[in-house]
Amino acid sequence: MNGVHDMGGMDGFGKVEPEPNEPMFHEEWESRVLAMVRAMGAAGAFNIDTSRFYRETLPPHVYLSSSYYKKWFLGLEEMLIEKGYLSREEVAAGHAMQPGKALKHGKFDLANVERVMVRGKFARPAPAPAKFKIGDRVRAKNIHPTTHTRLPRYVRGHVGVVELNHGCHVFPDSAAMELGENPQWLYTVVFDGNDLWGADGDPTLKVSIDAFEPYLDPA
Amino acid sequence: MSQNHDHHHHHDHDHSELSETELRVRALETILTEKGYVEPAALDAIIQAYETKIGPHNGARVVAKAWTDPAFKQALLEDGSKAIGTLGHVSRVGDHLVVVENTPARHNMVVCTLCSCYPWEMLGLPPVWYKAAPYRSRAVKDPRGVLADFGVGLPKDMEIRVWDSTAETRFLVLPMRPEGTEGWSEEQLAELVTRDSMIGTGFPSKPGAPS
Repeated sequence: MNGVHDMGGMDGFGKVEPEPNEPMFHEEWESRVLAMVRAMGAAGAFNIDTSRFYRETLPPHVYLSSSYYKKWFLGLEEMLIEKGYLSREEVAAGHAMQPGKALKHGKFDLANVERVMVRGKFARPAPAPAKFKIGDRVRAKNIHPTTHTRLPRYVRGHVGVVELNHGCHVFPDSAAMELGENPQWLYTVVFDGNDLWGADGDPTLKVSIDAFEPYLDPA
Repeated sequence: MSQNHDHHHHHDHDHSELSETELRVRALETILTEKGYVEPAALDAIIQAYETKIGPHNGARVVAKAWTDPAFKQALLEDGSKAIGTLGHVSRVGDHLVVVENTPARHNMVVCTLCSCYPWEMLGLPPVWYKAAPYRSRAVKDPRGVLADFGVGLPKDMEIRVWDSTAETRFLVLPMRPEGTEGWSEEQLAELVTRDSMIGTGFPSKPGAPS
């Protein structure tokens, strides 16, 4: 979706502000939000693409004015309500009022912690041969889906070169909408900075994205 | 910061925005616990793991090994996940880590313009600036301007390559080994490797400089 989360190339957000010796969490509640998101995801309540979609569908003014973990919290709460894991009444009351819904992988307890600390695997067997090979010129499609996509706006319509082939991976555009994993070939495609940003762009710049095959046409 | 997106929750003006958030987060944990979805001790264990086990020291060890062991470096650049998988002490990495090497001709920098994708297993949780709008918006368009915000300057003719992390692939920058470290051990070298140098927004510390 063309949301405010798709920030690449936008102007006006000001300077980057590095924070010397920043703490891991600025508030204790941030750590609880992180842990709840990891736990409920590992328990099977949602996948990573769905959780990203809920964050990016927050109203733009909320997205832009909320801290990072606040966005995680708001996305988590709304997602769990919409998926029937809790109700608005329970959220308002601050307590459970009905029994829980069954989780795909069961309750998240101590025995599950090690599993969540190892990064998930997204590679899948190839359903078809790859359309592109390393060195091919490809054009990022000019598409504007209203649902989740990982094709950022700033490359759409531009021509780049396939540089790496990562094999087939879960396709976020499908997974986010719970339409199945629909594995697709995934490539690193590199673009010239001047192509993306025009003649005033940095001539020494190259930018790459990781692009799923359905995002690309031959060029 | 007073906007509140969910309409069922009544804004209480007696509380600061932050304390209201804290109350809401606690309420959610209570509900998840009462409904039998999560065990609070398991949440504690996740947090503790991030606070104690996972952090930039993992990445620093990998970089230092690459600086001292040419065969490992080659394996790392060919297949980051596989090479790191051979190191018993750093084993949490998934199967999609790509290591990109800085050279005198090219500087690499990593961003996630769409959200906050980051190699957690190697670097820990990302800093606030990495997840914030100024970095996400500018890194792909004006990386030299962003580097200037970090006090980092590059030679004018050096290529700058920005890797936008838009899938589950994660990128780790292999910075150049600092001069004056001939004969140093892996452990000594790892001390020079900063988190920012592995994102591409900084360089390793110089030998002898306070870290």
